[in-house]
Amino acid sequence: MSANVGVATMEPVREAVRTITYREAVREALREAMLRDERVFLMGEDVGRYGGCFAVSMGLLEEFGVERIRDTPLSESGFTGAGVGAALAGMRPIVEVMTCNFSLLAADQIINNAATILHMSGGLFNVPMVIRMATGGGKQLAAQHSNSWEGIYAHIPGLKVLSIATVEDARGMLWPALEDPNPVVIFENPLLYTKKAQLPVKPAPVDITKAKVLRAGDDISIITHGMGVWKALDAAKILAEAGIEAEVVDLRVLRPLDDETYINSIVKTHRALVVDEGWRSVSIASEISARIMEQAFYELDQPVQRLCTAEVPLPYAKHMEDHAIPQVEDIVAAVKKMVSGG
Amino acid sequence: MVTLTANATTGVELTREHGLHLLREMVLIRRFEEKCVEVYSATKIRGFLHLYIGEEAVAVGIMQVLRPEDGILATYREHGQALARGVSAGSIMAEMYGKQEGCARGRGGSMHIFDKETRFFGGNAIVGGHLPMAVGMALADKMRGDNHVTCIFFGDGAVAEGEFHESLNLAALWNVPVLFVCENNRYGMGTALEYSHAVTDIAMRASCGYGIPAETVDGMDVLAVQEAATRAVEAIRAGEGPYFLECLTYRFRAHSMFDAELYRKKDEVQQWRQRDPIEIFIDKMKALDLLREGDLEEIEKEVAAEVQASVDFAEAGTWEPLEDLARFVYLEEETA
Repeated sequence: MSANVGVATMEPVREAVRTITYREAVREALREAMLRDERVFLMGEDVGRYGGCFAVSMGLLEEFGVERIRDTPLSESGFTGAGVGAALAGMRPIVEVMTCNFSLLAADQIINNAATILHMSGGLFNVPMVIRMATGGGKQLAAQHSNSWEGIYAHIPGLKVLSIATVEDARGMLWPALEDPNPVVIFENPLLYTKKAQLPVKPAPVDITKAKVLRAGDDISIITHGMGVWKALDAAKILAEAGIEAEVVDLRVLRPLDDETYINSIVKTHRALVVDEGWRSVSIASEISARIMEQAFYELDQPVQRLCTAEVPLPYAKHMEDHAIPQVEDIVAAVKKMVSGG
Repeated sequence: MVTLTANATTGVELTREHGLHLLREMVLIRRFEEKCVEVYSATKIRGFLHLYIGEEAVAVGIMQVLRPEDGILATYREHGQALARGVSAGSIMAEMYGKQEGCARGRGGSMHIFDKETRFFGGNAIVGGHLPMAVGMALADKMRGDNHVTCIFFGDGAVAEGEFHESLNLAALWNVPVLFVCENNRYGMGTALEYSHAVTDIAMRASCGYGIPAETVDGMDVLAVQEAATRAVEAIRAGEGPYFLECLTYRFRAHSMFDAELYRKKDEVQQWRQRDPIEIFIDKMKALDLLREGDLEEIEKEVAAEVQASVDFAEAGTWEPLEDLARFVYLEEETA
């Protein structure tokens, strides 16, 4: 307590807060962007009249009209490429690809055009656009609707890639992504749309260049992103009861990676477990693991471990799908095994 | 929606001055590319080099009706469009040399000519991949209320791509100001039109499939192309949405620098060469008494000097330092 307690005029004004969901946070961010910059518009399948496949853009059509909340036909390459063209011509499009599974149909536009034009033109033309897509499994949607394609886009020079785990980032990442003069791919996980958090009514901007330690701990660093963050935090609670303090690092930015934050964590904990819902081979988990080896090898008490999705097209049956994807208990078991020196 | 057939009823008043301009533009493309072959053979240019020779009337005819604020997208066979648009021959040649004085600093080469001044948004080397971008550029113009046209060149090969169909549908659905110019040279690399398309009337597919006004144009006749483009651009600027021109043309050379041309007969090539767009136009000018003694020689002389100057510029160019390799992957500051 400071000496100023009781002096009303010196008391800091308490910031107004409210509880909102991840879904509402994304919607607010979209709305804010539309209000702040008339060059911004949203386009994608069912974003307007339907209200968004996941109800994220519900109500925005009524407020902003059909030009700026633009329903598209089922033409992923067509409308994503139209976003590239609109960006080249000075607009700030937000292209929503319903799920990352369908983004493969737009891969030519994202990879061959959006990511290359600045370089191919010797710096003459940049592509300031945001491409949002839903990612991840766990909904019994079988092999064609359950992929985590973060690793594909994080592989591509010229793209920036963000993975949103928290409500705060759901609210805060869109605007700086739109201010970025490069194409930014944002992954949202539909299983997180109902997550709630208290946020200021007028939230501060977030940094889209750094990873973030969401839980401090001394015994092990769990490095993850997206859905994995919540599973790691749940696992950390269970581990704490067993006397193990896990540090949870949310990568947030998958390209370019912020090495400093997770390496610093490892310097403190000397152990690293990477949790990623992509497949293990040639993945984000492989990349993080390699960088730890390159940059912090002598800090490690034991080899880096990875928990990733089993290398199968994801099955429909719930028991099989749950088994394929890293779960809280898998993280708990992996950490216990590592910390106990197993 | 019917397919319109090109005719000369609208007429382009051909003055001597304009005729000489058209001729000079086509001759420049021809001689520039012949020089490209020469320097390619001397290994000054490497990579792919796709020549436009035979198709000059299309780019030159179309460019006559576009304004500086209009945007242009083209394919990997785009030297002709770039020159006709006014991208300097020197910056194109230097680009092919891989020199940093090139229009894209040597990062793009022959297939990726870019130029900001003339709003030339590139040669794109994924067939059909630039079509959605054209729709988006036109959408941006429409949303801002700018009365600009986005003109996109592509070949008959692109018509088989899904992006072609997605883009025509979007352009018509959104009624955006795009001029689609299909350069139908009858071959997608080495596979003839009839082996690629169940329906080979491309203009008809644009009009019947997507409700876009479409014309088939003699792409070897620069005046016919200009006339059709005039009609098209007038309609687009009047807010009538996209317009489609299928220009029937022919590439006289191999697909890229070398191919055995096993897929077409020498007779066929010879027949098309009888319809050389430059020769046809010279004959027309002579028939109209617009070409005077010495005009052609004067044009050839000027063009030869410009082409040689482009080579000199490229030769004198410098190599970008290796330390710069990672530049232009990300733009770190907003250019607006």
